[in-house]
This record gives sequence, structure tokens and C-alpha cells, in this order.
Amino acid sequence: MKVAVLKGGRSLERGVSLRSGARVEDALERIGHEVVSIDAGSDLVKRLVAGQPEVAFVAMHGLGGEDGTVQELLEIMGMPFTGPGVAACARCMDKVLAKHELRDADVPTPNWFAFNETAFRELGAADALSDLEQRLGFPLVVKPSRGGSALGVKFAASWFEVPEALVSAFSYDNRVLLERFVEGRELAVSVLGDEPLPIVEAIPSDGDRYDFEARYEIGRTEFVCPAVLGEEDASAVTAAALGAYRALGCAGFSRVDLILDDEGPQVLEVNAIPGLTDTSLLPQAAEAAGLGFERLVERILELALKPAAA
Amino acid sequence: MEETPHRRRAHTRTRDLQRYAGLFAARTGVMRSSAMRDLMAITARPEVISLAGGLPDTSTFPAGTFAAQMTRIAQESTAEALQYGPTEGFAETVDCIVEVMGAEGMLPDPDDVIVTTGGQQAIDLICKTLVDPGDVVVCEAPTYPGAVPVFCSYQAETIQIDCDADGMRIDDLEAVLEDLDREGRRPKFVYSVPSFQNPAGVTMSLERRRRLVELARRRELLLVEDNPYGLLRFGGEPLPPLYQLDGGDFVIYVGTFSKILSPGIRLGWAVAPPPVMEKIVLGKQASDLCTSTLTQHFVREYFSEGRWREYIADLVEIYRDRRDTMLESLSEHFPAQATWTEPEGGLFIWATLPEYIDTGDLLAKALREDVAFVPGQAAYVDESRGRSSMRLNFSGVDGDEIREGVRRIGKAIAEQVELYGALTGEQEAVPAPKETSPAAGESGAGDVLPFRKAGEGSG
Repeated sequence: MKVAVLKGGRSLERGVSLRSGARVEDALERIGHEVVSIDAGSDLVKRLVAGQPEVAFVAMHGLGGEDGTVQELLEIMGMPFTGPGVAACARCMDKVLAKHELRDADVPTPNWFAFNETAFRELGAADALSDLEQRLGFPLVVKPSRGGSALGVKFAASWFEVPEALVSAFSYDNRVLLERFVEGRELAVSVLGDEPLPIVEAIPSDGDRYDFEARYEIGRTEFVCPAVLGEEDASAVTAAALGAYRALGCAGFSRVDLILDDEGPQVLEVNAIPGLTDTSLLPQAAEAAGLGFERLVERILELALKPAAA
Repeated sequence: MEETPHRRRAHTRTRDLQRYAGLFAARTGVMRSSAMRDLMAITARPEVISLAGGLPDTSTFPAGTFAAQMTRIAQESTAEALQYGPTEGFAETVDCIVEVMGAEGMLPDPDDVIVTTGGQQAIDLICKTLVDPGDVVVCEAPTYPGAVPVFCSYQAETIQIDCDADGMRIDDLEAVLEDLDREGRRPKFVYSVPSFQNPAGVTMSLERRRRLVELARRRELLLVEDNPYGLLRFGGEPLPPLYQLDGGDFVIYVGTFSKILSPGIRLGWAVAPPPVMEKIVLGKQASDLCTSTLTQHFVREYFSEGRWREYIADLVEIYRDRRDTMLESLSEHFPAQATWTEPEGGLFIWATLPEYIDTGDLLAKALREDVAFVPGQAAYVDESRGRSSMRLNFSGVDGDEIREGVRRIGKAIAEQVELYGALTGEQEAVPAPKETSPAAGESGAGDVLPFRKAGEGSG
């Protein structure tokens, strides 16, 4: 089969995407598929038309590739593609929108406030921040609403640290999220089709707990898969993850990040197109389920071509 | 029909990764990849105006000259140019190096010189020769971003000494050395870029140069002087390199053809006292046997024409204009709270913003406007430092691009400053670029109840 692998693009996560894409291409070729490798740029449509692939494997992360933009284009062209559709991508990419959807679907997620930049510049939203202490409490996490990796995510121990964190987060998006910080075990559940894969736990090394970049660096975070959890916790975590996956309308594959404390699991975010690099969590989880990378890639393709088979 | 060769198996299963990870040397643990590095990777997009690189302008090098020289090499010395060469480099290359150093008043013994694969390899070889894991290395704060990974990969404990407009603070250095004395430790060397420092753009004053050299003599301490830009002076009086002041007893000198001819030829050098040089040569032998003989031939041809000083003079003219353009643009587009250095030479300006601005995040914002710079943290071993500073290069792009690039960065900063003002009620923190007046709606931030400012209060 002729498969186009879409990777790179202009997003801030271009580097990770190129690595995901290269690994997928490698696997596709070994399986025996013909690969049309496309670094998504202004000639994307031309190259898709010229290459005539039967299906597109979207290995793009961040804005442009994971937010529904590329998916919309592929829909217009009538080309089947891997991973979630336009609406699900758009919902996952916008953390504020995603949190509303989660709450509406009764999926537990930490409390939050969201602001857009105009509110601060023109509407005096800074006044409303004084409610933060009562409504959310400290510490809290400040995140750009749209953004994939740890970039722009800041921890604020007290509200003296909030303005600076807001300035950082607004560098990435004109909408930001102030979210109650939940201390607990950091877990990720990848979902393939409609099947949850084994739970991965990320254990940051000492001192890196509030360093959000640490979890993206090999060696600074240890990953355990399957995570060592009691039966009750494990099923609560899996149920919450599946609830989030469905609430956001995901299909094909995605990854749900959660935190688990005494009160149970809470969903932090859903990555519509999670990383597929050597060190990414979804491939690790698949492998723990006995699914090597090639079979994982093959399965993702199947789901794209026969969504009903899921 | 011939079968296409098989591509390497990916070796990317968890099992494979664990097998490799178990083999990694301890020093790889300090070689970090980070989200910031991924961000820097996208500064290479063609539509981005990059003030991030450290690129000299090679576009003015006459193509005809280049062609003639390469042709002459082919006609006269093909066999030799394609052959291995001595580890120390060709004597003729060393002659060129002595000539270049002579232009700054230095007179090295040719036997003390080794030709290296760029100045970068010289720094690497010096560390390889001198640094054991846990050894102390002292350098400037900020320091050359390319030196940081070298110090890290030799597992040095790096101490950075603040710079001001006159370069490294020698009083701070003395205090650090005394602290180390009390612990019974001493640095293996002090690394400095005294002239037109990368990234700060500052130049160490004559008085400090003398004090540093005197300090090195008194304490029998090695100095590593990295001087890629010394000949690129646009104004002011030339200052003697540390090597000249010291005479080469306690100074190991690092030079390069990168900024006066071409970085692509990867030709640099080190000058060190004979006992140190002996070990450096052994280290180089292990690393790559010898520096490219082809490019050494090119340098020899180039210098034989005797026009190398004129080429540098041309570059100085170009870079001076570009520096002036950048300084003008900075005063036009950067907010009042920003400060920046005014280099008398070299390639870089170092700008520092209000401390609530993280230049890593600012870079993400700037990239949306297709402009890039180097966030200050790259110049520090401790990545929590330098967060509000940035390095701006003025040699690699032309005046129009400098103006436009600085304008875009200035706009991004102005937006952050304004936002912070709105958040904290610090009305005076809203500068607005000089050519625009703040819109009425935006000035309403003054009515907002002051939000407490970072750093205030009991915490």
C-alpha cells in the first residue's frame, strides 16, 4: 500500500514530529508499504496529489498538524488518515475547550480558570485573579491553552508568581489556563481504537517535580509500564481515560494524561496525536501489551481505513 | 535487477533502548536534550529572520578567488591535498597562524602551535587534556554557548563569573578562587573570551587583562584565552591579548580562521606551553589524526596572495554598519527597561530585559513573527540563569533584515511588558515603542487594582 507520512510542519514541536515521522516511515517500509514522506509545508496538497497515496499517516504534533487543520484538508481531499478527526483534534488541542467537554461528560479534571489576553489588557481581569486563592488555592499550574509540550507551562507556588507565569504562557497562545495543582502519581493511558493500553507511570527524579521540562527528558524521568496500581485504582484510571477519549470524540489512537491522588484519578489533558518516538509513551504501552512498533503502526493504519472495525 | 540495500533496523523497541541505555557513559547523563533545543531547531526555517546564528558573512568572499585557489591546489598539489597530514598541522598553515597572531602583537613559537578542526576542537582537546570528572573550570557569565556542552561532557564543575562592561569581574574571580582555596580546590583553568565576547559583546579592559594575567602568574593558574574576534574591531584602541601580556607561560591560546575567512573550512588552532601541547597532540591523534589537509592547502594559497588583511578590513566595514543598524533599531524598538551592550567589534549584542520576561518563552512568541535569537540560558551551565537575556547576532544578515528582525522582537517584548503592567498595575512599566502612542483602551490598565508584584511580600 502507498502511505503518505505527514511530519514536521511549522509547529513548535516540529523536532519531535520529525522523529515520530521517521520512525513510522521506517516501520512502514519494513512492513512492506511504499512510503511518501512529506514534511508538511506550502506544497502539502501538491505533493499529496502527485504522490497519490491511499492513506495518510499523520505524525504531526502541535498547531497545524494536531489541531484539525491538516485533518480538515485531508477530509476535503477525501483521503483517509490516521488518528482522530477534525473536531476531536480541535477539542484536544484547546485545553480550555477540552476541560469544558470533560466536565460536561462528568470526567474528573482539576478545577481551573481560563483567561484570554484581551481580558487582562482591556477588561481588568487582573481583579478577578484575587479570587484564585479561594477558588483554586495554591500552588497552581499556568498553561497556554494550545500547546503540546512543556513549553510555557509554569508552576506558581503563590500568587506573587502568577503574573510572570502568565506572561510566559501568553507567549504561546492568547488564552491561558490556571489549573489547581494536584499532587499525585502521574499516569498516561494510551487508547488504540477503543482499547485502553497498559497504564504508564512517569516518576520524576528528585527535585524535578515542578520542572515540567523534566518529564520530556530521558533520564530525568523514569517510566514504568505497566504501572504498579491496585485493581480498583487501575480500573478507575482506565475508566476515566476512556471517558475522556470518548468525551472528546477521539478515534484511532490518542493518549490521556492523568494524575492520581487519594480522591481518585483526574484527567489533565488528552493528546490527540501523541509522540511516536523511541521514548514516547504510547509505543511503550503498546509494547507492554505485546504489540511491537510495526504491529502498532499496522493497527493504526487499519483503524484509519476501516474505522468501523474499531 | 539489483536489490536496494536494506535500511538499518530501527532498534527502537523498549528492550533495545534499555540495552543501549545500560551502555551509555556517565557523561552522557549531563548531555541534555530539551524542549528549548527543539525550539531552536525551528529557527532554521527559511522564512525566519535569524539573529540567532553566529554566522560570519561569507557572501562577499570573491567566488573567482576561491575558484582560482582551488584550481591551483588541484594543479599543483592534488596528491598531497588528498593525503593525510601531520597531527600538528602543516608547517605552512602554522606560518599563516603566526602571521595572524602577529597582527595582534603576538609572537608564538611555531612549535607551540597545533592546527585543529575549528576553535571548537581546541576547546575540546584542552578539556580532554586537563579535566577529570568533578574538576573545577571557571568561565565568564554569560559564556560562549558552545563551550557549555564541552565542559559538561567532561563532567567539569563549572563556575561562572559575572561580566560587566569591562569583561569578567576579576574581584569576583578572586573571591571564588579564595573560596575554592578554603576547600582545598583549584580550577584546572579559567576560560575567557576577552575581546568582543560571545555572547555578551563586551571587551575586557586593559587593567583587568593585566590583573588576570598577574593573578594567573601568582597562583600558577592556567588561562584559556579564546580569541575568534580580536581582529574584527570597529572602533576604539586595540588591546593586547592575554597571550601577549603573559608571553605564553600560563595562557593557552585558542584561535580560528572561522571569523576572518570561513567557518566552513573548520580550521582553528591552539597555542600551549610544550608539556601541555604534547598531551594535546596525543589527544588530537586519538580524535581525528589530523585536520583536513585540503582546507589547510586552501588557507596556504589564500595567505600567499597576501590580501587577507584587506578581506578582514572589508568585513569590519560591513559589520560596523550592521552593528550601528542594530543599535539604532534597538533604541527604536526595545522598551525603556531593556539594556544592551555596545560592542566595539565581533558579532554579538547581548540584551537584557525586565526579569519577569523569560526569553525562552519570548522566542516562541517571536517565532510566530518569523524572527529568532538565542535565549540567554544557553550561555549558562545553570539553566535557571540568563532567563531574561538574549544574544543577537548582527553579522549574518543585512541591515534591512536587522531592522525588521529587531522591530518584530521589540513588538513581542512590548506586548509582554504591557501585559505585565496590566497584571501588576505597574503603569510605568508600559513603555510602548517610541513611534506609537498607547491606545486609549490599553491605558485603562491604570484603573486596575494593583496585583502584587513578584518578589514583594513576605515570601
